[in-house]
Amino acid sequence: MSAMEHSVLSADAYVRDLMRVVEAQSHSVARIDRRSFLKLTGMAGGGLALAFYVGDRSLAFANSEPLKGFVPNAFLRIAPDGTIVIVSKGPEIGQGIKTAFPMIVAEELDADWSQVRVEQAAVNPAVFGRQSAGGSRSIPTAWDQLRRAGAAGRSMLVAAAAKEWNVPESEITTANSVVTHQASGKSATYGELATRAAGMPLPDEKSLKLKDRKDYKLLGQRISGVDNRALVTGQPLFGIDQVVPNMQYAVFEKCPAVGGKVRSANLDEVKKLPGVTNAFVVEGTGKPTEVMPGVAILATSTWAAISARRQLKVEWDESSASKDSWTKASAEAKKLAAQAGAESLKNAGDVDKALADGKVVESFYTYPFVSHAPLEPQNTTAWYRDGAVEIWSPTQMPDVALRLVSGMLGVTPDQITIHQTRVGGGFGRRLMNDYMCEAVQISKQAGVPVKLQWTREDDMQHDFFRVGGFHSFKGAVDESGRLSAWQDHFITFTADGQRPVSGGDLPAEEFPSLLVSNFRLTQTKLPLQIPCGPWRAPRSCGVAFPIQSFLHELSAAAGRDHLEFLIELMGEPRWLTPGNEFSLNTGRAIGVLKLAAEKAGWGKPQPKGRGRGLAFHFSHAGHFAEVADVSVDASRKLTVHRVVVAGDIGPIVNLSGAENQCEGSVIDGLSTAMGLEIGIENGRIQQTNFDRYPLLRMAKAPQVDVHFIQSDFPPTGAGEPALPPLAPAICNAIFAASGHRVRTLPLSREGFTI
Amino acid sequence: MQLNINGKEHDLGNIDASTPLLWVLRDQLNLVGTKYGCGVAQCGACTVHLDGTPTRSCVLPVSAVAGRKVTTIEGLASNGKLHAVQQAWIDHDVAQCGYCQSGQIMSATALLQRTPKPTDADIDAAMSGNLCRCGTYVRIRKAIHAAAGTNHE
Repeated sequence: MSAMEHSVLSADAYVRDLMRVVEAQSHSVARIDRRSFLKLTGMAGGGLALAFYVGDRSLAFANSEPLKGFVPNAFLRIAPDGTIVIVSKGPEIGQGIKTAFPMIVAEELDADWSQVRVEQAAVNPAVFGRQSAGGSRSIPTAWDQLRRAGAAGRSMLVAAAAKEWNVPESEITTANSVVTHQASGKSATYGELATRAAGMPLPDEKSLKLKDRKDYKLLGQRISGVDNRALVTGQPLFGIDQVVPNMQYAVFEKCPAVGGKVRSANLDEVKKLPGVTNAFVVEGTGKPTEVMPGVAILATSTWAAISARRQLKVEWDESSASKDSWTKASAEAKKLAAQAGAESLKNAGDVDKALADGKVVESFYTYPFVSHAPLEPQNTTAWYRDGAVEIWSPTQMPDVALRLVSGMLGVTPDQITIHQTRVGGGFGRRLMNDYMCEAVQISKQAGVPVKLQWTREDDMQHDFFRVGGFHSFKGAVDESGRLSAWQDHFITFTADGQRPVSGGDLPAEEFPSLLVSNFRLTQTKLPLQIPCGPWRAPRSCGVAFPIQSFLHELSAAAGRDHLEFLIELMGEPRWLTPGNEFSLNTGRAIGVLKLAAEKAGWGKPQPKGRGRGLAFHFSHAGHFAEVADVSVDASRKLTVHRVVVAGDIGPIVNLSGAENQCEGSVIDGLSTAMGLEIGIENGRIQQTNFDRYPLLRMAKAPQVDVHFIQSDFPPTGAGEPALPPLAPAICNAIFAASGHRVRTLPLSREGFTI
Repeated sequence: MQLNINGKEHDLGNIDASTPLLWVLRDQLNLVGTKYGCGVAQCGACTVHLDGTPTRSCVLPVSAVAGRKVTTIEGLASNGKLHAVQQAWIDHDVAQCGYCQSGQIMSATALLQRTPKPTDADIDAAMSGNLCRCGTYVRIRKAIHAAAGTNHE
């Protein structure tokens, strides 16, 4: 194995493990938070928070005001004028967390939301814990931490008032940033009490009383995003908007087939071009998650750099580069479909007997590789000097980036300052910090501050793609029309020959495995070098389409109503592994199925050529069912009239934000199912820009109605779980409308247009 | 070269005349509300008004702009008062990541300039050049109707 191949494989392991890291963090941090949160923020109130706010080197660039008033912990400052600053700790990637996090603090604080100002936190996991946006885990992992941060602040304000008025704390109430003692008629604003509250001892965590859901005033409301005014007036919020004095503009050319190295480049010619200040080869670390080999061009403007790059000629050594081909892999998968996979992942009951006894359906499903294509192309501004580096970057994982950059540079994390900017779309792409590492390396090599700007073409070709996959199904229904057997030969990809690539695994317990007695899952892994990574609702975004479509094939074969069939499959309402939020709760599943069906008018007659499709999927701790209402004409032109979404993600923090995520998931799901695919030939990505990667446009956007079942189950994020059911809901509706069963995505492959 | 942006004259000096307006706005004038998304007039994130007409600034050489009036997202509000479209965007909490929204707003304001009471079809036609990767189209449509005082069909 060459050194390059070795590096590529270690990067593959890094990406594959990333989701485990994301999910594991939720548990460890939650545990740490419960035990030591107040200890941590207690230090923060005395030494650490002060250090954080005034002493930390991050602050030099953070525009924070001088410390005044009441600072109970790192999340909260209350000034004597009544201003309440709430610090939002994690990346805002469009999931609305910069509004949702502070709402949680404000609810327990009983703050007047109109007095709240939100600041983006510095990146400092020692103070804030998890600072990542992934896996729909922002809300669940911060829920207790932020509720306690608000409750601690409220408790100290109450204590200050009780002491001042010489009344028992139990007689004091709070609302809208005002503390009131009903009996004496005394009241004071939080601002008036701020200085006194700062002198109160930190409350014991156990004494903090958190609110019941029925008492929420702010949570569950529709609150407009805190950055909205800045957004609609074009303020510099994003990574791409950051400017550092004397910075140079950089572009970076890498081998179009991953794994290629620079043999030679016409650097001398390029250096003479207008505006160019430097051009050089970057050897890189050889890891796609860090820095791959390439040529950097620095210039006095982005345009000068982009223009010069058009004159750049690089000869690549492709001896270790990817030769991957999607057409070859697809042909191979079709050949393999007839047999079982060599690897057995699960074999329960007697599948062969159930197949022999029942009515059998066989199908082969295909879904493609797709790109994340966030609208803000990758970029980072970095300034390396004297062994330290300062970074401004749109990243989903600033906390992990600290370690990554630290390891790459061989310096301690305290020499690295990361400013988390607003992120122009994440979708999982920016869980990788490769573009950040590149900017750091280019700045180090050039000795100047640089803003690295990827073009759209760079972004689409050097992605960590959502892996494509194939499912060869055989299933049966018994004479009473129940699902009696399920067999899936799952054909996926591997980089190391051992484990599937990131997002390309299918756990043995994936739905409907635990609900079918006779169940067989086998697997074949095809080799792949192209890097893959988490794409919105990783794994589920791929497998929900074949699984939920094939379930509909089986219910149709049995002549059953699909709603009844699915409810019957769920069986008794129960939590399959009680207490495990990643485990299916059939009661909640039935709840969303019934709600979606009711709101969509399930079962009501439709005109010819029009049909409803129902699909369910459970992912990222969220239970979602969706009904699509679709017309299909003779030329396979689709009209998606409406999509009804029903979700159960526990209590809702910001109703507007949660609805927006579901609306967006429907549009994203439809966009992707309709026409998006990444072709790979000879290791090269065939699509380069939006002309050949046709995101859905406004005229095709259906009406989307979103309904939630709010519950006291632990809250989970809304960014991902509403996406997976969309594709099968559309495809099941196409079947209902036309009798045509879609087994290949995107729909354009089967001749559909919209 | 002289440029009139948001009612103000700017002297660009000896700029390469082929530079797209987008990069002049962003790199030279620090008006970064106008966004780079694709560079080939496919996504609309770079939309500005050129003499009132929505135009993709990423493929518009700055030489073509001399002597004409350019309005960017930074120039929509007057004296701190937001344009009705900007206000509607806040009221309807349109944005998710927000990256495309300045381009969306520039297309929407130009539409209302020409067609003060647009239908859904008018809106779809006027907004078809603007991609939103987050999928906020449903809210954009509602916000435009709200700004125009028309009903969503």
